[in-house]
Amino acid sequence: MPQQKKPVLERRDVMAAILKDRGDTLLVTGLGSPTYDAYAAGDHPLNFYLWGAMGGAAMTGLGLALAQPKRRVLVITGDGEMLMGLGSLATIAVEKPKNLSIIVLDNQHYGETGMQPAHTGRGVDLAGMAQAAGFAAATTIDSAQQLKIWIPQFHRAPGPVFAAIKVTTHPVPMTLPPRDGTVIRHRFREALLGRKAFD
Amino acid sequence: MKSDQQSKSTIWPEQIYRSFQDHRIRQVCYVPDAGHGRLIKLCHADKNMKTVSLTTEEEGVAMLYGAWAGGQHGALLMQSSGVGNCINMLSMAQECRIPLLMLVTMRGQWGEFNPWQVPMGQSTAAALESAGVIVHPVDDAARVAETVHAAARLAFFSYRAVAVLIGQRVIGFKNWSK
Repeated sequence: MPQQKKPVLERRDVMAAILKDRGDTLLVTGLGSPTYDAYAAGDHPLNFYLWGAMGGAAMTGLGLALAQPKRRVLVITGDGEMLMGLGSLATIAVEKPKNLSIIVLDNQHYGETGMQPAHTGRGVDLAGMAQAAGFAAATTIDSAQQLKIWIPQFHRAPGPVFAAIKVTTHPVPMTLPPRDGTVIRHRFREALLGRKAFD
Repeated sequence: MKSDQQSKSTIWPEQIYRSFQDHRIRQVCYVPDAGHGRLIKLCHADKNMKTVSLTTEEEGVAMLYGAWAGGQHGALLMQSSGVGNCINMLSMAQECRIPLLMLVTMRGQWGEFNPWQVPMGQSTAAALESAGVIVHPVDDAARVAETVHAAARLAFFSYRAVAVLIGQRVIGFKNWSK
């Protein structure tokens, strides 16, 4: 098992850097911190904030990517959320959606529930699992330099792309996006589909 | 009479498939069940449908939320044993009022041979209803098509999660001797 380095990247900086030039990218965020981080980086109607459905972020991304093959779909979620849906790595790898990237902000802990250690801090290698499942590209990122190289890949490389980005557990200011699920889905669908959202 | 009964019992997968076409179903996902075998083949053969095999049923629930958010209708196929796997994921259908069409082939009821199928089979309807899913049971092969059609209308026109429970009586006894 490789020696695990202490994470240095800050989750809010990482989120902001990924979304800086997002264009018309469709974003699904996993419950907890990734949802708050995305909102802190700048609210956007094409953000589908999940506040629950733990383990479902990657598959929500797959359904969206299949429905919108011309748009890039990013799923940004946490390590605990991804661990709950590991089977979806196999399903996504088999479907090979070219327009989908799954990005895990991996702080190696369950941040929402009191910072209990997660498997990813104890040797479980999510990128290795994605690679073995058959993702087109999969990596673990732990430096700003690597992140800079990979961000364009998240947006443009033929998918499915997977990245586990190691981030610190440093506290960040609380930012709360809309919680009402009907508001989130209405806003998202209207921004994506226009009038057809209400057919 | 017997041959009429026979044809009714064997054409319902084709009728469901036609209903999928009528309701512009573009994504079909499933954990396999013998009862859905014919329908799964028909969907895989259709280039206008993306038909996705899942590792567990709740993946399909999440996938169809994404499909609908992206403007497509979908359907999720599973056996009754898979319903329990979906419960927390179903919370998103209720909270976001996202349409969801589930077709569940039943085990653990009519003439079941495997006792391990009985607990989930007997609690399928109650489990779904407790999670906010509207349940349409159907025990007559001749009524499967209209039930699926009605469930699809309720799901997609009224933005609801709806499950059709296709009774074990429709599917018939599993042959344990081969």
